[in-house]
Amino acid sequence: MALALEIKGLRKVYGNGFEALKGIDLEVKQGDFFALLGPNGAGKSTTIGIVSSLVKKTAGEVRIFGHSLDSDIAAAKRQIGLVPQEFNFSNFESVWDIVVNQAGYYGLSRGVAAERAEKYLKKLGLWDKRHGASRMLSGGMKRRLMIARALVHEPRLLILDEPTAGVDIELRRSMWAFLTEINRSGTTIILTTHYLEEAESLCRNIAIIDAGNIVENTSMKALLRQLQKEVFILDVRDSLSADISIPGFDTRFVDEHTLELVLKKGTSLNEVFAALNSSELVVSSMRNKANRLEELFVSLLNPK
Amino acid sequence: MTAAEQWIAFYTIVRKEIRRFMRIWMQTLLPPAITMSLYFVIFGALIGSRIGQMGGFTYMEFVVPGLIMMSVITNAYSNVVSSFFGAKFQRFVEEILVSPMSNNTVLWGFVIGGVARGLLVGLIVTMLSLFFTTLHIQHIGITIAIVLMTSIMFSLAGFINAVFANNFDDVSIVPVFVLTPLTYLGGVFYSIDLLPEFWAGVSRLNPMLYIVNAFRYGVLGTSDVNVVTAFIMVGVFTLAAYAYCMYLLRSGTRLRQ
Ligand SMILES: Nc1ncnc2c1ncn2[C@@H]1O[C@H](COP(=O)(O)OP(=O)(O)O)[C@@H](O)[C@H]1O
Ligand SMILES: [Mg+2]
Repeated sequence: MALALEIKGLRKVYGNGFEALKGIDLEVKQGDFFALLGPNGAGKSTTIGIVSSLVKKTAGEVRIFGHSLDSDIAAAKRQIGLVPQEFNFSNFESVWDIVVNQAGYYGLSRGVAAERAEKYLKKLGLWDKRHGASRMLSGGMKRRLMIARALVHEPRLLILDEPTAGVDIELRRSMWAFLTEINRSGTTIILTTHYLEEAESLCRNIAIIDAGNIVENTSMKALLRQLQKEVFILDVRDSLSADISIPGFDTRFVDEHTLELVLKKGTSLNEVFAALNSSELVVSSMRNKANRLEELFVSLLNPK
Repeated sequence: MTAAEQWIAFYTIVRKEIRRFMRIWMQTLLPPAITMSLYFVIFGALIGSRIGQMGGFTYMEFVVPGLIMMSVITNAYSNVVSSFFGAKFQRFVEEILVSPMSNNTVLWGFVIGGVARGLLVGLIVTMLSLFFTTLHIQHIGITIAIVLMTSIMFSLAGFINAVFANNFDDVSIVPVFVLTPLTYLGGVFYSIDLLPEFWAGVSRLNPMLYIVNAFRYGVLGTSDVNVVTAFIMVGVFTLAAYAYCMYLLRSGTRLRQ
């Protein structure tokens, strides 16, 4: 299947010497609804900035529907609609002008631009506000204005950088419904967020970025499955054989005195102890396996 | 993008630029009209009659071309510097940076916006001057050519200023501290033949002298300097400014992080 986005070895060192991306690889398939999840400062906006050519990459390669940013930038840009994290439209222009002019920048005639502007302003509930200056809009409306502006040239890849930050719950739900509809009609969507819940309810595939590295890149389902488990490390007094098994549990032999045991969330520890008793293993100590991903998730699930 | 699409993108910027300075006409069109009318009243009507002739013309006839040119220069420059810096400051320059239009389209969109304001203000000032004097343009081709080239050159210069500006002070520094003094000293108000030899020599290093005199030559048929030299100089500066603007856009200096 064709790739909407292909990133290889992408690095970014900002002017002050800070390395925001440490060589990331990422692939997003055509038609996907993809989440780039990570805590604040992880490098999400930097990645989005490079893909949309607002930030210059230090090294690496980026392709959008096969068009390289290095050799075929106009075609690459044509595929993308960007909804940035910060508001970036003129405060003095009307909602209508902002959307119609953006269409003009992509070479759409004024007739087509007007049709598209009407279509998307209506879909996003901004039609009544079209004559007003953009600064008069509420925060949620400003966000939707940026979505309308990003869609006016009907891009194949829509990228939204934290689209629901600071947006109330009700509006968030309606935005999610809208994005789902856009995705069903064939537009590939990449969304960055630091809410796991948002990624979970919308996205099929997910990459997790932390401190400039991709730490996980998988399907949403697989990730959730992984989060439903807890791994314990058992230190065992007697020598273990490599084919050890404990009925009812997944285990992994680490070495003669160490065994890993997978526990589904919700299973009680008593069941573990019962199983250990009947297998006649003497466990001298037991601890939770520290998992970088899980640690990260604790912070993502409880954003400060 | 096809040539037709680039044209639409270019036209979109130009249209937006013109609508911007028309919308804020109290800040863009009115001040030069008032200032220049005052100059005409003071130099033409009040003081001019006592000064007598300058280069074979009444003083009013002599100063009008320079004042028109000064308006064209400062307005072309100010339009591009304030509009493009405003776009950078409010970040809506990103609307342009993410779009597929070429650097030439972006640059000429803003430059022609600046030229439009320069020419419009030049026209307004010319009309106002007709209340005080008559103009018989001697060389219409030269007059139009020098106004066009000069407004392009200063629009490009305004673009460079906007790219490097960090705040609104940086936007007004050049018009106030460079363009206006250089134009005043560039023979708007006097023929450099009146200056002692040393200061006439110094004046010849001022590019504004050539621009003002080339325009005066177009209108009155008289000039302190060689008009061909003036055109070559404006041409060279324009090309250099254009090349530098394109370099800034290509490299993303101060525009892309
Ligand atoms: N222009 C810049 N100059 C220097 N450092 C920057 C710049 N922009 C972002 N950073 C740093 O790069 C890191 C990643 O930032 P960003 O991509 O905005 O993260 P996120 O969007 O995931 O919150 C942060 O530590 C941030 O402080
Ligand atoms: Mg961010």
